[in-house]
Amino acid sequence: MITTDTDILSTAEAWARAGRGVALATVVETWGSAPRPVGSHLVIDAEGNFQGSVSGGCVEGAVVEEAAEVIGDGKARMLEFGVADDTAWKVGLSCGGRIKVYVEPVRPEENN
Amino acid sequence: MDLAILAAMNAERAARRPAVLVTAIEGGAQRLVTTDEIEADPLATQIDRQLRMGKSGLVEAGGVQYFLTVQAPHPRIVVTGAVHISQAMVPMARLLDLDLVIIDPRTAFATPERFPDVTLLTEWPDVALAGLGLDAYTAFVALTHDPKIDDPGLEAALRSECFYVGALGSRKTHGRRVERLTAAGFDQAAIARIHAPIGLDIGAVSPAEIALSILGEIVSTLRGPRRLAP
Repeated sequence: MITTDTDILSTAEAWARAGRGVALATVVETWGSAPRPVGSHLVIDAEGNFQGSVSGGCVEGAVVEEAAEVIGDGKARMLEFGVADDTAWKVGLSCGGRIKVYVEPVRPEENN
Repeated sequence: MDLAILAAMNAERAARRPAVLVTAIEGGAQRLVTTDEIEADPLATQIDRQLRMGKSGLVEAGGVQYFLTVQAPHPRIVVTGAVHISQAMVPMARLLDLDLVIIDPRTAFATPERFPDVTLLTEWPDVALAGLGLDAYTAFVALTHDPKIDDPGLEAALRSECFYVGALGSRKTHGRRVERLTAAGFDQAAIARIHAPIGLDIGAVSPAEIALSILGEIVSTLRGPRRLAP
């Protein structure tokens, strides 16, 4: 079964309700031939389990790594990946595109 | 994102209601805007525009950047006819991530053995469709060849905002259908919404090929406007 964006938000909710630390990554901007459209999601838990995709495999590893920090400190981050970006990130998109990914924590209701 | 907002998004989606999540890029403040709240929202124009395109995206207002996560109801296909073509549509629709509902009051056709793992309703279409609620994210397909079953479905579809209406049958069969629908009070513009002959013209012969041509036409109707959007 292919995971869809709709499954991913349900998964994010289920994981958070089960008490797992959860981060949600969303593609917010793309340039060039980016593999996944704006709005694509990746859900990540504190153990590094993930579902969905933001790039079709090129940068998921880096997003999952950063998600651990987001879950740790509870602060959202904006990540940028692409061939033109060689400063903070060593991961490029093989297609030559560029993407911006917003990674945010899912806060359990108790902390509201 | 607060779990409450995430839960509300999932609930709106399950109820087939459009909703837009507004996230301020700086600071991360979020709110979920449901259709009845759009008009009063400060970003009403931008939200309305993105929702019409069915596209998430970054917008700017008053020098502040926001990301709008557009959640349109999941596209769904409602079929009358538990026939060979709809059997072939089951695995294809699943791969295409299109929800499928099959309606056929003939319980000899509509059996769980012939249609495992798909929503199968054995009520008459007028009853079944009233319960489903046809909306702008639903495609309706009539496949039985039997006016007793197809016509009530077509009439409900033409009265709804269904994004696609198609009916199987030869030109002759469709000619008689047009006569019946005209007699039932539908005008030419309404009847012209029906894709007949149904499906893309790929020379389809087998039930699976016809299913492919119908699904191809539905996907093209669903996604076509996105190509034209800026």
